[in-house]
Amino acid sequence: MQTAVTDEHRPRQPEQTTVEPVIQVENLVKCYKKARRNAVDGVSFSVPAGSLFALLGPNGAGKTTVISILTTTLSPTAGRVRIAGYDLETQSPQIRRNIGIVFQKPSLDQNLTAEENVRLHAALYGIYPYRPGFRLMPAAYRQQVEALAELLGISESLFKPVKTFSGGMKRKLEILRGLLHRPAVLFLDEPTTGLDPESRHSLWDYLRRVRATGRTTIFLTTHYLEEVEEADAVCIMSRGKIVAAGTPEQLKTNLTQASLLLDSPERARLRQELQQLGVPFQEGTVFELPVAGPQVQHLLKRLETPLSLVQTRTPSLEEAYLQIIGQHMLENEEE
Amino acid sequence: MSALSRPAATVRVASATESQHDELLRLIMEAPTQRPLHVTWNSFVTIAAREVTRFLHDPTQLVFALVMPVLLILGLDGPLQSSFGRAAGYNLMGFAITGMLALSFYQHTLIGILSLLEDRENDFTQELLIAPISRYALIFGKIVGASVVALLQGVLITLLGILFFHFPVSLPGLPLLVPVALLICFSGGAFGVLLISLFSSQRSASQVLPLLLFPQFFLGGVFIPMHNLPWYLDLLSKITPLLYAADLLRSVVYSGQPEYRQVVLQEPLINLVVVCALTLLSLVVGTILFVRSERER
Repeated sequence: MQTAVTDEHRPRQPEQTTVEPVIQVENLVKCYKKARRNAVDGVSFSVPAGSLFALLGPNGAGKTTVISILTTTLSPTAGRVRIAGYDLETQSPQIRRNIGIVFQKPSLDQNLTAEENVRLHAALYGIYPYRPGFRLMPAAYRQQVEALAELLGISESLFKPVKTFSGGMKRKLEILRGLLHRPAVLFLDEPTTGLDPESRHSLWDYLRRVRATGRTTIFLTTHYLEEVEEADAVCIMSRGKIVAAGTPEQLKTNLTQASLLLDSPERARLRQELQQLGVPFQEGTVFELPVAGPQVQHLLKRLETPLSLVQTRTPSLEEAYLQIIGQHMLENEEE
Repeated sequence: MSALSRPAATVRVASATESQHDELLRLIMEAPTQRPLHVTWNSFVTIAAREVTRFLHDPTQLVFALVMPVLLILGLDGPLQSSFGRAAGYNLMGFAITGMLALSFYQHTLIGILSLLEDRENDFTQELLIAPISRYALIFGKIVGASVVALLQGVLITLLGILFFHFPVSLPGLPLLVPVALLICFSGGAFGVLLISLFSSQRSASQVLPLLLFPQFFLGGVFIPMHNLPWYLDLLSKITPLLYAADLLRSVVYSGQPEYRQVVLQEPLINLVVVCALTLLSLVVGTILFVRSERER
């Protein structure tokens, strides 16, 4: 903890703030009361400003615990966290002002209207003074809320209780509410869980626009791996530890190989030819060869057997993920 | 704000195109941030106002708040008045409605605070707890909001009492009624804070609540006068917080009236000190436990 103190007093260079990652986590540990195992066990990572960062892992891996700590609702057992230039331990009010959160479960007041929920948020974050009615709020607020409602297509139901909203609408309202105070980081804890494919699609469409318009960093946890394909960085957690990290491309290429699928009406001849060329292959319903990139063309040129199928297969992040988690689980069992 | 005023007109188009949407979003994201007022005061007012808004949105709660006291008074003190009213030497209905009023202030603020547990179950506390506001603003806002709701219900009970149940209004007592009512609300609220810090779910709290409230109905002398009790009941009665709250309220309402000496049990100053001390104690302990329990799991 001594380094933390010296860092605290070190004068910050102006250019350093632009380079500094928006989230910096060092050796984060959380052990819940009465728990035998650390829920988060020495996790370190950093998130550059403006990026889309995804934290993945099976249920119980510690993702929500990490998010709870980063969003100041849970105290860590040990470790050091800086968000938007503020230290978690000593400056949590400043951090709270600079983050927006969409939780796993909707955290709207169901008995209040959409506008009342937004007004409550705006007042709690000190963006506008509280007034006991929409008409009494400052003009800037009213314009902003009307614009938001238009954007979400809820102008009609802005003054209806939130409990009448669909799951997708509630999520969008929460995201908008979370953006109202223009946070540096928007945390999304499994934001699309329980939504139908259409709502998920439009939510992502919307998040893409949010990213394009501002410099908001998005910190995401999800179980839908296809949502993460466009992330700038991915961390995979298992049993409280980070077991893999990198861009989606890196994870895919490091862990799973692209392959070439071939088939022929003359299977015996193809098999013989591949053996002669010394190319390793697996024969199932089709021939699968660990060949990728320029090697594909090179190999195809040399083959004389007529082919009925030529297909390259790029593994998805989901496959890479399953392989990583599978390996980790196996290692744990052996221990 | 000038940047905002321009597109407000274009916003009204029913089906805005994607680029219009993007522009809107950009405006929202890039609008200048204001940092007005005192943030703690603002959040305190906001939390309190939420309680009142929720109450006004829920008419059934209002009806229930009125029907219950009427039923209790008619059911309990109606028969009492007709059988023993003459023996008591004063109107028991008036006695009961003042007790009911104290109970209402106490109980409704208490229940208002317990809605924090409901918020926790609906995950709304997350929104409150990650907001950059002080936990004290949260708790005090909640208490004041719940007190305002309880006072609104109290006004209705008082009106009912004046119209139908011989509520013994006295002019010298009237200006004192408001601060005393507020104090009783606060003491109920403080007890509520203590409860939410001890019970994690609404289910467990609502199971324990009747156990904590019902004995107070009787031992606190809410409906029935507490005279000439056997020593063990007298002892139990003396440790009932509501006894002091109800007696304090009666001492104000009955001040200057002929029944005062028969109705009021002890010196108003003793009542005041006891109620204040209990309020302060449960508030301090409850707040400390609540703030700690939310972060350290």
